[in-house]
Amino acid sequence: MNTPDPAETFLVEADDLLNQVEDTLLEVENRPDDVEAIHRLFRAFHTIKGSGAMFGFSAVSGFSHHVETVLDHVRGGRVTVTPPLIALVLAARDHIKALLAFRGAADPLHEAKSHDLENQLRVFLPDSSASTVAKNSAPAPQMSARSCGASETHYRIRFQPGPGIAATGLDPATLLTELRSLGSLSVSVDTQAVPVLSVLDPERCYVAWDLELSTAQELNRIRDVFIFVEDESVITIQPVAPQSAPDAAPVQAKTVDAPVVAGSARPSEMHAHGANTGIVRVSSEKLDRLVNLVGELVINQSRLAQVSAKIDSADLVGPVEALERLVAEMRDSVLGIRMTPIGSTFGRFKRLVHDLSHELHKKVDLVTEGGETELDKTVLDQLGDPLVHLIRNSVDHGIETPDARREAGKSATGTVRLSASHQGSHVVIEIADDGRGIDVQAVRQKAIEKKLIEPNTTLSEKDTFDLIFLPGFSTAKEVTSVSGRGVGMDVVKRQLEALRGSIEISSAGGRGTTIRLTLPLTLAIIEGLLVEVNSDQFVVPLSAVLENVEIASERDGRICAQNTVAVRGELVPYICLRDLFEIPGGRPRLEKVVIVAHNGQRVGLSVDRVIGKHQTVIQSLGRFYRDIEVASGATIMGDGRVALILDVAGLLRAQTAAIELERPTLNSSPLTHAAA
Amino acid sequence: MNAITEPGQYLTFRLGAELFAINVSQVREVLDLSHVTKVPTAPAYMRGVVNVRGNAIPVVDLRQKFGLPPVADTVNTRIVVLELMLGSELCVLGGLADSVHEVIELEPSQINPPPTLAMRWRSEFIQGMGKRGDQFIILLDINAVFSSDDVLLVQDSAAAAKPAAA
Repeated sequence: MNTPDPAETFLVEADDLLNQVEDTLLEVENRPDDVEAIHRLFRAFHTIKGSGAMFGFSAVSGFSHHVETVLDHVRGGRVTVTPPLIALVLAARDHIKALLAFRGAADPLHEAKSHDLENQLRVFLPDSSASTVAKNSAPAPQMSARSCGASETHYRIRFQPGPGIAATGLDPATLLTELRSLGSLSVSVDTQAVPVLSVLDPERCYVAWDLELSTAQELNRIRDVFIFVEDESVITIQPVAPQSAPDAAPVQAKTVDAPVVAGSARPSEMHAHGANTGIVRVSSEKLDRLVNLVGELVINQSRLAQVSAKIDSADLVGPVEALERLVAEMRDSVLGIRMTPIGSTFGRFKRLVHDLSHELHKKVDLVTEGGETELDKTVLDQLGDPLVHLIRNSVDHGIETPDARREAGKSATGTVRLSASHQGSHVVIEIADDGRGIDVQAVRQKAIEKKLIEPNTTLSEKDTFDLIFLPGFSTAKEVTSVSGRGVGMDVVKRQLEALRGSIEISSAGGRGTTIRLTLPLTLAIIEGLLVEVNSDQFVVPLSAVLENVEIASERDGRICAQNTVAVRGELVPYICLRDLFEIPGGRPRLEKVVIVAHNGQRVGLSVDRVIGKHQTVIQSLGRFYRDIEVASGATIMGDGRVALILDVAGLLRAQTAAIELERPTLNSSPLTHAAA
Repeated sequence: MNAITEPGQYLTFRLGAELFAINVSQVREVLDLSHVTKVPTAPAYMRGVVNVRGNAIPVVDLRQKFGLPPVADTVNTRIVVLELMLGSELCVLGGLADSVHEVIELEPSQINPPPTLAMRWRSEFIQGMGKRGDQFIILLDINAVFSSDDVLLVQDSAAAAKPAAA
């Protein structure tokens, strides 16, 4: 593996910081007096500025400086947090993201945008006539250096860099230059520690500096200069004989509590800086490789178990069982590594709702629950788009305008609740709004208009909602910039099915809509039920299986469509896999029917034998089989053969198609209904 | 199609009476026919999937893909595991051949461009015609063959079925 490009590392780090900024800003919007959050914001921009300059992203660094200046005033209590300011900082954050995406390349469009935002930021700076402090800390640093107002504080700073400072590539002189930009600075060098030449290590730093700084800036501003060296250096900052400065008092009060501020004694800030959180970044390719290896290990382990069972030696059974346990544990741990809390994507949705509610002049709160629920990263990555779509729908179509809400006797602010929870081997995600709900009649009208159903069809409420998932259906009366761009719910449904998930809608008129997504925990390994027809083996995902029943096959001669089996008093339609797959051989006298759940209904699959539970490592069938609906993948069996993993939804569609091919007039079979 | 300018090594195999060759750089290995799991509802030329070192690889019956009449598998039937670049995606695929012969080296001078007229095979799938002794060898452009979805290699049947869409 080659060493990562440092600039690349910066980009990753900056991206993290920007996401953090977004979250924090939305937090600050709700709690404008959260000092800790403001500090986090300031530090994030400060780090982007500093590291950006270090890696040559000068446009980013220059721009961040302006944001930082405004935030510094916010931090100092001279500027209050207002929604327009938050909107502006959000815009600034997006702009930095755009600049980073451009990798610092000069672009007149971006420059103009930077300028525009900088000017807007300047508006928020405290009016220069309002206080002399503001004048001193005006954006351009050289200006503050020149001004020597009465409000200055005098600091005595000792800066003793760690001996290895040169190895970090940092030139202490740049820090002195930065300090000089804060106010008037006198520097004296302490060379006492420099040894005689014979023992001098030229790569070690032996010097220390004693500095005296007169500045109007706050103590924090001085500390920030040392932000990159504070871990390994000894830094003491002491205010001395403060001149009568009106705003120096709070600083003074602080420094009385902690007169000596050493860099290493600030663990909380270190955490905010993300320096020491014990998290290792690993590229997802490496993880995928690991998961593949574990998959192969599972396959080979099950082969070994099979061979061991055949040999039946007492000496062999012990180690093979021990291996089995180890492999199972290893599989769970490795899959656990890929599990990512879903909360990591919630920030993006908060922003989405924030932006949408402004755009649509609605008041909407996004409440998130269960952010700690973990999902396989591959699932999570592919879940973003469908969730964005669904949340957009809720805000755009679900939540009413404040006036309409008041008329309906609800609070003016609507709520969209995004919650995630584990249910067995599945994760359930719900998007619930307290808006106007779905108008069943409107959906019906629309479906008739679009010729999706016949005018005289009777449908249950649930079936009517399911119409929304049909291609070409969209209830928006007018196309807005938010939703209704022709990307319908059918796309969302397809995306979820590609993840082996499902979606359902429930709605109560006037009280809101709930959309429920059910997703598998992982895409790599599932529990399956192994079944056999003739000598072909198939895996049915165990999560869908309800029960197995047995039938005697004297029903031969009937066509498949009318195959039904009585399960505790209810007739359940079933698909004969042998007929559907055109597998040779006669049906056995006693057939097994595996009853599976699909869209809340029960459907049977008739097979020759049910073999048992099987740990199934899923492999894709690849592009040559991408049109195959009946199987969602393949798996390698212990004996080296390949078994197909059946897709219940696809089987139903294939069966329906087969029936319609045989008897074009027959369209009311129980299976056609279930497949819709 | 790029003209062949450098000497290359080719794996030769037989389908019916014709001898074909594929550049060895696209051949990963040659396997005996093992159990192929049929994939229901797939087209007939897609024979199924087979386990190649722990991976499920699709198997294509080259005879049927090329529009030749199907024959029963024999002891000589082999799976040629091919690596194809389709778009920007690397695909691994097994091709069923009646028998696999040898790896030969062909100089550019031994390879003629495919004749455009009176050809039984569609020229866009053929890199050239090699000659060894008095036997002609059809050098396949295997990427082109599998980029087109279900176009038959045999010219006349393809023309009858639909206009060429390669």
